[in-house]
Amino acid sequence: MSAEFGQFAAEAASPATGATVSVHGLAHRYGELTAIERLDLEVPPGRVLGLVGPSGCGKSTLLELIAGLREPSGGAIEVAGGGSAAERLAQCAFMPQRDLLLPWLSAIDNAALALRNRGVRRGAAREEAGRLFERFGLAGFERARPAELSGGMRQRVAFLRTLVAGKPVLALDEPFAALDAITRAEMQGWLAAALRADPRTVVLVSHDVEEALYLADRVAVLSARPGRVVEQLDTPAPRAPDRDAAVTAPEFVAARERAMAALHRGSR
Amino acid sequence: MRRVLLPIVALAALVALWQVAASSGLLAEAFNVESFLVPSPAEIASALWENRALIAENAWVTLQEILLGFLCGLAVGLAFGFLLRPFETLRLSFHPLIVGSQAIPIIVFAPILVVWFGYGIGPKLAVVALVCFFPIAVATADGLRSVDPEAAKMMRSLDASRSQLLWRLEAPSALPFTFSGAKIGVTFAPIAAVFGEWVGADSGLGHLILQDNAQLETARVFAAAFVLSAMAIALYGLLALAERRVVTWR
Repeated sequence: MSAEFGQFAAEAASPATGATVSVHGLAHRYGELTAIERLDLEVPPGRVLGLVGPSGCGKSTLLELIAGLREPSGGAIEVAGGGSAAERLAQCAFMPQRDLLLPWLSAIDNAALALRNRGVRRGAAREEAGRLFERFGLAGFERARPAELSGGMRQRVAFLRTLVAGKPVLALDEPFAALDAITRAEMQGWLAAALRADPRTVVLVSHDVEEALYLADRVAVLSARPGRVVEQLDTPAPRAPDRDAAVTAPEFVAARERAMAALHRGSR
Repeated sequence: MRRVLLPIVALAALVALWQVAASSGLLAEAFNVESFLVPSPAEIASALWENRALIAENAWVTLQEILLGFLCGLAVGLAFGFLLRPFETLRLSFHPLIVGSQAIPIIVFAPILVVWFGYGIGPKLAVVALVCFFPIAVATADGLRSVDPEAAKMMRSLDASRSQLLWRLEAPSALPFTFSGAKIGVTFAPIAAVFGEWVGADSGLGHLILQDNAQLETARVFAAAFVLSAMAIALYGLLALAERRVVTWR
């Protein structure tokens, strides 16, 4: 384990804050097409792993495999020691690329979906989700319909919906891809703060190297199809409170160049 | 405002044109018939007024057939839509049959229905339901299938069971589709009710039209047809209103 992980050692020690995700010799095929081949990854509890790679390298497939939404063609994935898709599904909360908030529900009812699905009564579910609205700067927007919210706000609600599920592992599929550059930078700072306050094990897919390097403790660069890990690098200032300063620091720029070089190697 | 005003102006112009053409005898001349066979809008309006009790009485019979038949069609349409969604085999087996059922001209079926169900309200309900159920079933099934697969993954990841997936995601997504199907169905319902009455009935607007036509009471035929159209438009409007109250997110 690298020294950079040390900053979050205290939180990582608590079992409530995450579970280990491990991927060994993973392979996945769609018919004739090999999407993923001989892939190994390990995410310790409470850590954030960023996955970057060229389009079509199978990053989203990998995320769905980890989250228990698919069974792999070969190899093993374990989340908190559970290997079957159902066991992984029980441990992971998946956040898709688009917010996909249900337009007929208010923001708070969207956020409380997982609780409602588990049979929690509406009032209690709203109360629990409402506490997170207070904590994460969404107070006052509880009763707004998704159509009344800005893109960034919708993405916040979608993230809270994932968080409220109360699972140790979050699987985030390019959560900010649909946002404009300024909102995206804002949301990265917001997500970093949220994860500092409520640490989980996170697997974050991104097409934005800078985003992955800022939010993750470690970034795995995947190759073009069939997806394999080209390089893993530890990040210099994961989720640092001052995002703008962090991403312009010399170590960060160096890390980005290394990641870009790995991306180019893997794209060939 | 223009959206309301322009159709009204266009309609008024057409009615005025008709009035002039009919009262001047131009229309009768063109059709080569007696002028009392080509009523003007004013004559139709006065027929409507003078026979208001008779028309209202028969309209009520037809309205009941339409409403009850539509409700039956809605129930059957929803049942088909929902049953065809989760069971792929059932869908593949029955979808072509349902579409095929619409190719059978209802007017051919109606006499058989009278043989089966008698002269009461039964065969009329059956004809109306048969016409209404199709657009509702197809639209509902399509609506249930239209759900974004990513949203379904998100729901599964948030611990939704199969039935929660259906009721919390798929059914609300299908609701606007079902409304579209119902609106199409309800506009056809008055025609279906009239077909049902033409085969065998002793009351209803369809029955009245048939009788008046035989007695060359053309003004009353038009008056009854006017009431039928008004009912179709009103029912469509009611459904559109209900849709706006229920589907608030569009």
